[in-house]
Amino acid sequence: MAGIRLAVPSSATKGEIIEIKALIQHAMESGFRRGSRGEVIPRDIITRFECRYNGALVFAADFHPAIAANPLMTFHALADKSGVFDFTWTDQAGQVWHDSAEITVT
Amino acid sequence: MAATSGVVFVSALPMRAAASEVDLIAARTKLFGNRTITEGRVTLELPPIAENGHSVPLKVEVDSPMTEADYVKQIAILSPRNPLPLIGQFHLTPQSGRALVSTRIRMSGTQAIQAVAEMSDGSLWSGSMETVVTLAACVVL
Amino acid sequence: MKRIVATLLLSIMVACAPGSDPVPELSPEGVLPPEDIRSGYAFLTPETQRLQDDRFENPGYLWVDRGAALFEAANASTPACASCHSDGMEGVAATYPAINETSGALLNLEGRINQCRTIHQDEDAYEYESDELLALTAFVAAASNGAPQSVEISDRTAPYLETGETYFRTRRGQFNLSCQQCHTETWGKKLRGDTISQGHSNGFPAYRFEWQSMGSLHRRLRDCDTGVRAEPLPFGDETYIALELYLAARGNGLEIETPAVRR
Repeated sequence: MAGIRLAVPSSATKGEIIEIKALIQHAMESGFRRGSRGEVIPRDIITRFECRYNGALVFAADFHPAIAANPLMTFHALADKSGVFDFTWTDQAGQVWHDSAEITVT
Repeated sequence: MAATSGVVFVSALPMRAAASEVDLIAARTKLFGNRTITEGRVTLELPPIAENGHSVPLKVEVDSPMTEADYVKQIAILSPRNPLPLIGQFHLTPQSGRALVSTRIRMSGTQAIQAVAEMSDGSLWSGSMETVVTLAACVVL
Repeated sequence: MKRIVATLLLSIMVACAPGSDPVPELSPEGVLPPEDIRSGYAFLTPETQRLQDDRFENPGYLWVDRGAALFEAANASTPACASCHSDGMEGVAATYPAINETSGALLNLEGRINQCRTIHQDEDAYEYESDELLALTAFVAAASNGAPQSVEISDRTAPYLETGETYFRTRRGQFNLSCQQCHTETWGKKLRGDTISQGHSNGFPAYRFEWQSMGSLHRRLRDCDTGVRAEPLPFGDETYIALELYLAARGNGLEIETPAVRR
């Protein structure tokens, strides 16, 4: 059910530095909120984000509870080969979400 | 009959604990040991006033050529006031091309967020920015 | 209460000149001058305004996109919304809440969608604040993006407008405040760190930072009532729907902004 949105240019020139945005729908429950009866709502967050470019890790992030809900990551990559960007999000329980985007580099 | 417990202690657990500058330094030491951190090369951008602490846009840029020989390995974002001092860590590679990262963070009050960048040569650089976090008008607590 | 009815009736009588249609007006006292009317957008920081405007980064679009998918989805027993509504939903949300021609009841978007689900799709109604209902209302409302709120102001909607306006002007809660006092009489002034908005409905369902999620207008109205320490009405309550109608009329043609980003 987690919606994923990616903004990756579909084409680039060799050597161009491109901007990549990756957004995933996730409540990122911090573990510091209390419910209506005062009970602590347990932590439930995505803990790791990784972006691979043709299989090689280009960017990764460790998320802690202070990363906002529906986490957005904007970062950069040096486009040098056509291929695919793979995005994975892993939560604290090991559940994984994945999406990918193709790029043509000329 | 003498009261066995002299004081009735009503302890309301705080909604959230708060970290302090000491916790930030402890978290930083855990990440980087006692290595020297020099202020500079790291530009942290946050809005001067955040209208809600649940979602504050953050942008961090590190002055670096981002080559195989000289690049930013990681950027740690730290808070002197949130319940936890470490907000996130961004791991870059020479393939990143540019050390410019943005995201949205939670801030539990007005504070100066700190970013520490670790370079490929092991040197550490930092930057910080203070943001005022305003309280909502009608708080539904 | 009597005054409002009397004013409405007077407007109807005055308008009842031969050759003209009777159109009740909202009571003239204590209304926002049309030139002063501003969307909640105007009360956001520049960063938040930019976020709302960004088609990619605005988190509300996660729900709009899910709604678009749900709109097209069909299964073995259920036709897709799109199978009847092949022309899309452009401009529809701008006319809601509206009187349903079949049942005669005043329905908001949620009510209309659930009516479709139960009667035409033979499915259960969606609960308020369920991901599906938020997604569908966001999708339908976003299809009216840029269109002015234009609800029916007529004889047959007059009783609902009156109910809504009465609720709006009645003090309530431990703080003993009415919506009118903050949102019509003291908008633009500070309440703690916030600048008080005019309380319009043109951006809903909206992504509120406070909720860290998308939410319906009823959720917001319940938060308003809780904010003045009044007992909130249940989701889907008729009085809230009448209040929705009044709010849309009071907005005097503000453009739909769904999915808005709000504090």
